[in-house]
Amino acid sequence: MQKVFGRPQGLTDLPFHYCPGCTHGIVHRLVGEVLEELDIIGDTIGVAPVGCAGFSLDFFACDFVGAAHGRAQAVATGIKRALPDKIVFTYQGDGDIAAIGTAHAIHVAARGEKITTIMVNNAVFGMTGGQMAPTTIGGQVTTTSPYGRDCALVGAPIDLPKTVATLNGAVYVAACAVDTPKNILQAKKCIKKAFQVQQRGLGYALVSVLSTCPTNWGLSPVDCLKWLQENMMPVYEMGELKMTEEVKAL
Amino acid sequence: MAKVVVLGEYCKSCGLCVAACPRKVLAIGDKANSKGYYVAVPADPDKCIGCGLCGTVCPDLALEIYK
Repeated sequence: MQKVFGRPQGLTDLPFHYCPGCTHGIVHRLVGEVLEELDIIGDTIGVAPVGCAGFSLDFFACDFVGAAHGRAQAVATGIKRALPDKIVFTYQGDGDIAAIGTAHAIHVAARGEKITTIMVNNAVFGMTGGQMAPTTIGGQVTTTSPYGRDCALVGAPIDLPKTVATLNGAVYVAACAVDTPKNILQAKKCIKKAFQVQQRGLGYALVSVLSTCPTNWGLSPVDCLKWLQENMMPVYEMGELKMTEEVKAL
Repeated sequence: MAKVVVLGEYCKSCGLCVAACPRKVLAIGDKANSKGYYVAVPADPDKCIGCGLCGTVCPDLALEIYK
């Protein structure tokens, strides 16, 4: 018998510290598989910010740098400019990239830095206890919006990939989800393309992955996926939002 | 003939594999691992066709599939 599915070489053997059913683990696996398939584990430097995604330092088999909250892309910019031959990616949650790190998220794309960003969007600040984030959808109950997010008071959620797609320096922007096996495979294709974009030096690539937070949403992992499909996917624009002609030719 | 192997110490009993398996091979078992999670088990292993859907949705890489 031959092993047809197992742990990719892009990940270490350490069990994930995430809560049961947290889809961070799926996104980790996809990135690990892509690093292995493109044979770039030894040439890759990841940057992790603060938040649940900060745990990822220990889980990937490549080099990793821990950045201050929201500053992963600024650190990644420095690494890439100093070591242009390396593949540099950031792995950030929505509470990091779309809140405290918004300025960097916009300007890294405006400058067209040749790095890759994986954004994991679960619509709450997960690690700190499920507070409302800029990505929390209208009506969603969180610990700091106990009556549901009031968009008249605090505004509508930020669709960061859509915003970044308007900037010229961003050559590839995709929004995926990890709710079904089909979408998980689609997300992997997008992540792979985002790394290939960097290998060719085409420009900035962002992949947003809609994710779940069973602990803070207060639902079972299986119900979380349904909630994601019914409530988050209609709010956020899905699919490959931007692809330049050069990226299409990949 | 296909086989699914559950790595007990990685499993967190989230149940996503049980929901994803189209042939109802997997179930949450009655034995806990060292962290106290009730580990998923191949309750009906003969039905497994090695499609890999359980592994695809497993967030903790607790499943290995052999064919």
